[in-house]
Amino acid sequence: MVVRAEDLLQKIQKEQEDKLQSIQVSKNIEVDVDCGNLLACDTNSMDTQRLRSEKEVYLKTLAREGAQLLFNEIWKLPIERIQEAVIAKLPPPTTVLPREKPVPKPKQPTKWEEYAKLKGIRKLKKGRMVWDDESKSWKPRWGYKRANDDTKEWVLEVPRNADPNEDQFEKKMKEKKERIAKNDLQRLRNIARRTGKKVPGVGQTAVAQENKSKTELESAFHVAKQATASLGRFQETLREEKNVKKRGQKRKFEAVTQKSNTEKERQLNILNQMYKKQPQLNITKAVNKEVQDGEVRKPKAGKRKPAKSTKAVKGGKRPKRGKR
Amino acid sequence: MENEIVKPKSQRHRRVLKERSSKIHENDKKSMFIRGGNTSDIVTTVLKEMYMLKKPNALLLRKRNIARPFEDQTTLEFLSKMNDCSLFFGSHSKKRPHNIVIGRLFDHQCLDMVELGIDNFQSLKDIKSNKCALATKPCLVFTGSSFESDDELRRVKNIFIDFFRGPVVENVRLSGLEHVIQFTAENGTIYLRNYRVMLKKSGSRTPRVEIENMGPNMDLTVRRTHFASDDLFKKACRQPKAAKPKKVKNVSSDLFGTKRGRIHMTSQDLKNLQLRKIKALKRKPDEKKAKIPRKR
Repeated sequence: MVVRAEDLLQKIQKEQEDKLQSIQVSKNIEVDVDCGNLLACDTNSMDTQRLRSEKEVYLKTLAREGAQLLFNEIWKLPIERIQEAVIAKLPPPTTVLPREKPVPKPKQPTKWEEYAKLKGIRKLKKGRMVWDDESKSWKPRWGYKRANDDTKEWVLEVPRNADPNEDQFEKKMKEKKERIAKNDLQRLRNIARRTGKKVPGVGQTAVAQENKSKTELESAFHVAKQATASLGRFQETLREEKNVKKRGQKRKFEAVTQKSNTEKERQLNILNQMYKKQPQLNITKAVNKEVQDGEVRKPKAGKRKPAKSTKAVKGGKRPKRGKR
Repeated sequence: MENEIVKPKSQRHRRVLKERSSKIHENDKKSMFIRGGNTSDIVTTVLKEMYMLKKPNALLLRKRNIARPFEDQTTLEFLSKMNDCSLFFGSHSKKRPHNIVIGRLFDHQCLDMVELGIDNFQSLKDIKSNKCALATKPCLVFTGSSFESDDELRRVKNIFIDFFRGPVVENVRLSGLEHVIQFTAENGTIYLRNYRVMLKKSGSRTPRVEIENMGPNMDLTVRRTHFASDDLFKKACRQPKAAKPKKVKNVSSDLFGTKRGRIHMTSQDLKNLQLRKIKALKRKPDEKKAKIPRKR
């Protein structure tokens, strides 16, 4: 039998096309494929009549076509073979989806870290295990069964100028607890600093007298001196006491009597504002009102009367704290 | 975790907090399946089967939680905080028969919610066919132009992708792709179908895909919705700089996949160009000596 080369070529070409046909899908609008999410979005309009008459069959063909287009894209990705499993490397997903939690903020330095950076103090790496002379072995630097543990001493020297009846063990324990409390307080203050909250000063901690610095003692003295019914007005001054006038903040009021010009100006200002027809916008009041309204709308805080909150903008009295 | 006022007292507690804190590269979202105060048989099976499809990253709550997500979200927010879940699938049916709610939370605050009514439900067990393996990453197919044109459905589509896409992975085993979830929107109804994939030889490298109905199947109608404002949604979508892929400069690939690089060079110094050595041009020894002090 003689076969012409032309025929054979045509036959092979046709076969090839048939093969490709089985995986090809034609769509009017191109289907969006996001390989990272294994997602195909077909935005072509659908045949409503066919959907009504043969729903399941039509849906299945649509699903098959979408899946085929997705698989065609996946098979184009770089493919590897790892331990008898054929693996495709997926690109990162392109569909924008919301995160679960907000983006983490960079950690703000603590007060000490800030100071250390200013002074160029660097952290030194310390080993975890330390040689313990007493037991002649390596022990952890801190924590349970630590080396050179000074809390486990069975005898303590009473200092020469100390009260002989004072319990030195108890004193030591108390000092340790104070140090822990102080550290915890500083930690909380650092958190408050980070979150932008105001915190009062530590005041005077009950650290043992000999550990206090001169400034600490001085401030403690002034606090104590002012802590009387008359705010320390009738307290006697000591011999070498520094005269510290500016302690704490005082509220300032304007003088009752002023120069005639300034007083006149102030009064005129008030009158001008009153005669202006335009209402003045008090931003803080407006914000407060908005917040309150939001609370009223919520079912939880439904007890407030809405009539009262409308007054606030017009310049009525601020609602009392207890009612908010 | 950083602003934790109560310090963790054990390593385990510390590890849990670290796992739950916000990260640059996030964990896969976990979803919890909550039964409401009243659930019909259909709703219960829907919850169970959805749970089975999503299993490693899902939690089926045993007790009923009488929550009404559209009236008061505090219960859901509380549950999400306790279980570290961001997606939920609550349900109840009384006034609205066969009701399910799909939603997601951002920072334990409710972001989006859709209430869906179920019609024509077919369970996994109703259809006699082979099922796909557990915990496979499903392929999602969305059909219908209204998923693009309709604002509401566009957001619903986004929720569905978030909910059903499974874990985010870098590699995928090709023979493991055996589950297709199809969403079709037409005339206000969303047809949800689950298929199992069978790969047939096509003669070329890419296989021909054949699918088989597997279940669960249902027709969904959108009832009430609660969507986040554009501002909040934008804020929730914000990606940290560190998570974005770095641009590789001066490297490109052409049509055939070959890598091309561009190199920037400083201009060539022609004075030092090595030419053929000719004796006549060589410097004499005394000339050389005179030049030496000038050089560094």
